[in-house]
Amino acid sequence: MSKTPATLFDKVWDSHVVKKIEDGPDVFFIDRHFIHEVTSPVAFLGLESRGLKVIFPEKTFATADHNTPTINQHLPVQDPLSANQLKALESNSAKYGISHWGLGNPKNGIVHVVGPENGITLPGMTIVCGDSHTSTHGAFGAIAFGIGTSEVEMVLSSQCIMQPKPKKMRINVHGQLGKGITPKDVVLYIISKLTAAGATGYFVEFAGQVFEQMSMEGRMTVCNMSIEMGARGGMIAPDETTFAYIKGREKAPQGAAWDKALAYWKTLKTDAGATFDVEHNYDAADIEPMITYGTNPGMGMGITKHIPTAKEVGGSKASYDKSLDYMGFHEDDVMIGKKVDYVFIGSCTNGRIEDFRAFASIIKGRKKAEHVTAWIVPGSHIVEQQIKDEGILDILTAAGFQLRQPGCSACLAMNDDKIPAGKYAVSTSNRNFEGRQGPGARTMLASPLVAAAAAVTGVVTDPRELI
Amino acid sequence: MAYDKFTILKSSAVPMPIENVDTDQIIPARFLKATERKGFGDNLFRDWRFNGDDTPKQDFVLNNAIYSGKILVGGRNFGSGSSREHAAWAIYDYGFRCVVSSFFADIFKNNSLNIGILPVQVSPEFLDKIFKAIEADPKAELEVSLPAQTITILATGEKESFDINGYKKHNMQNGFDDIDYLQSLKTEIQAFAANSPY
Ligand code: SF4
Repeated sequence: MSKTPATLFDKVWDSHVVKKIEDGPDVFFIDRHFIHEVTSPVAFLGLESRGLKVIFPEKTFATADHNTPTINQHLPVQDPLSANQLKALESNSAKYGISHWGLGNPKNGIVHVVGPENGITLPGMTIVCGDSHTSTHGAFGAIAFGIGTSEVEMVLSSQCIMQPKPKKMRINVHGQLGKGITPKDVVLYIISKLTAAGATGYFVEFAGQVFEQMSMEGRMTVCNMSIEMGARGGMIAPDETTFAYIKGREKAPQGAAWDKALAYWKTLKTDAGATFDVEHNYDAADIEPMITYGTNPGMGMGITKHIPTAKEVGGSKASYDKSLDYMGFHEDDVMIGKKVDYVFIGSCTNGRIEDFRAFASIIKGRKKAEHVTAWIVPGSHIVEQQIKDEGILDILTAAGFQLRQPGCSACLAMNDDKIPAGKYAVSTSNRNFEGRQGPGARTMLASPLVAAAAAVTGVVTDPRELI
Repeated sequence: MAYDKFTILKSSAVPMPIENVDTDQIIPARFLKATERKGFGDNLFRDWRFNGDDTPKQDFVLNNAIYSGKILVGGRNFGSGSSREHAAWAIYDYGFRCVVSSFFADIFKNNSLNIGILPVQVSPEFLDKIFKAIEADPKAELEVSLPAQTITILATGEKESFDINGYKKHNMQNGFDDIDYLQSLKTEIQAFAANSPY
C-alpha cells in the first residue's frame, strides 16, 4: 500500500492541525514562538486584561533587537520610548517565565539570527513571531511565518493560531551560480520575476540544485525574503547540510533524542509525484548580481542592466513614476556608477557570518570610499565574536570601517541608525520601501558583495570586477 | 481586544489609487514604540500626510476635506510588507471600518479581520468603477453588507460580491475574537501538545 504523495509543506502543516473548522481556518499548533520588544507589549496587556496565563512558557523565546542601539549598548538606552519597550519585554518575560535574551546578554541578537544559531529552530517545526521575516526559519524545513499582535496573544494564551492553509508553490532554480552570485541575488532575481505580490496566498518550497548546494546561511537569506514576493513563507527540505548545521548547538537534541529526531527529519521532503498549485523554474545561468532601483523589492534588476521602462514593468504607470521619482532615478538609467552615500550590511537577511566573510573578501586590501558612511552590524553577539575570531574585524579596521553592535539597526531605522532624507544607501536588508531606512531615505537592496563594492568605490559597482 | 460588530456599513469613501501601499507607509516604524494600543490614528500615513515640520501635505487625500467616510479604497496589493498589526490599528483608530482593494497582502488581511476591519476584495474592474464614482462625486456612498457579502455603489446600483469564510464572518458580525474561541479548546490543545515531539 502506498500513501498519497505529499509535499514537505503538507507533511509539516497537516501534522500541526489541532482541529479543522468547517468553512473556516485550521486551529494550528505552534512549536516555537519568538517575541521581541515591539510587537509583544500589547499582546501581554491583552492577556492581563483577560486574566489569562502563558500556556507553555518554555515554547516562547524573547530577544531585544528592533529598537536597540548599535553603539554603547552597555549604557542606558537614551530614547525613553525604546527603553520602555525593552523594559516591558524584560518584565513580561520574567512575569510569565519566558527566557529572555535582553540587551547585553551574550546570546542577544536579531530574533531570526539567534533562533537558528542556538538550535531553537529545527526541521518540521511550526514557528511564528510578530515579524514578517520569520519566514527565515523555513530554511530548516520548518513552517515559519510572521503574525500580528492579536495572534501573538493567541499563541501566548493557547499555543495556537487560526490559519487557513495557504496554497502551494514550488520554485526551482537549476544549474550552477556564476562567480560573485550570492543567495541574495538569487532571491532578488526571483522576486523581480514574480513581483512583490506574485506569491501572495502561497507557501513556497525552494528546490533544485542551487538550493541543494547552498549553505544554511544562504538558505536563510532566501527564505527570509520569501515574504517579499508576498508569500506566507518559504521552506527548503532539510538535508545533510541542515543536520550538520544543527548538530551540537545548545538547544538541539542530543544523544538518543538526536537519533530519533534525525530519523524523523529525513522523512521531511516532498514525495515524488506530489503536486503544487503553481511551479516556477529558473536557470541559475540567467542570474547576475542584483540591485533594486525602486521602492518595493520586486523592482530589482541585474546590476549591469538599464532600469526597466514602465512598459516593461507593467502595472500602474502612476505607481512606477511615484517610485522612480522618490528614488530620483529615471526610466532606462544605468545603475552602475550611481553615487552611494551609505552602505548598510546587516539585518536578518544578511547579518550572518558568511555575509561578513563575503563583505571582507572584497574589502581586504582596499580602503573605504571617503564620502561613504558604512554601518556594519552583526546579526548577533555570536556573529560579532566570529567576526573578531576570524580576523574579519582586522580587515574592516584596516580599510577604515567600524564594527557596530548587534540589532536590526538600519533595516527598519527604529533606533538612531537612520539614513538621512534624499541620501542613497546600498543595503543588504530586505525592504526598500519609502522611508523604511529613515524618512526620505533612498534604499538600493543588494548582496554583501555589491555592498562591499559600493563601500570601497563610493558608487554602484559590479562586484565581479573586484573579485 | 473587543471591537465593534460589523453588519452593514453605508458610507462615503476615501480613494487612494496607489498600488503596493505597504505597512511602512501606513504606519512608519518610528511610531511603533508604544506599549499600549492607542493613538495610532494620528500617525496613519504619517510621511504621506505631513511634511517634515508636521504641517499637512495639501495634496494628500486624507488632508482633503472633500473626502471622508469609514471606507478606505486602495490600489492593488494593499498592506504588503511588515506584519505590524499597528497598521491595522492605525486604520481602525483613524475611523475606517472597511478597506476595499483588488488585492490584499496576506498578513494585513489577517490582522484586519482580527481587529474588526473588514477587507473587501473586489475585481480590478469594480475597483475602477468605485474610483470613478468617487471622482464623479466625492460624497458617493458605498454600501458594504457583510451578511449578504456584497458591496454596492449606491449612485449606480452596481454591485459585486466578495469572499469571507464562514467562521470569520460570524466573528465579525458578533464582535467575537479568536482568543475566546481558542480558550474553549484548551483541553484539546493540551492533549495535542502532549504528543508533540517539540
Ligand atoms: S532585521 Fe529587519 S526584517 Fe529582520 S527582524 Fe529586524 S527589523 Fe525585521
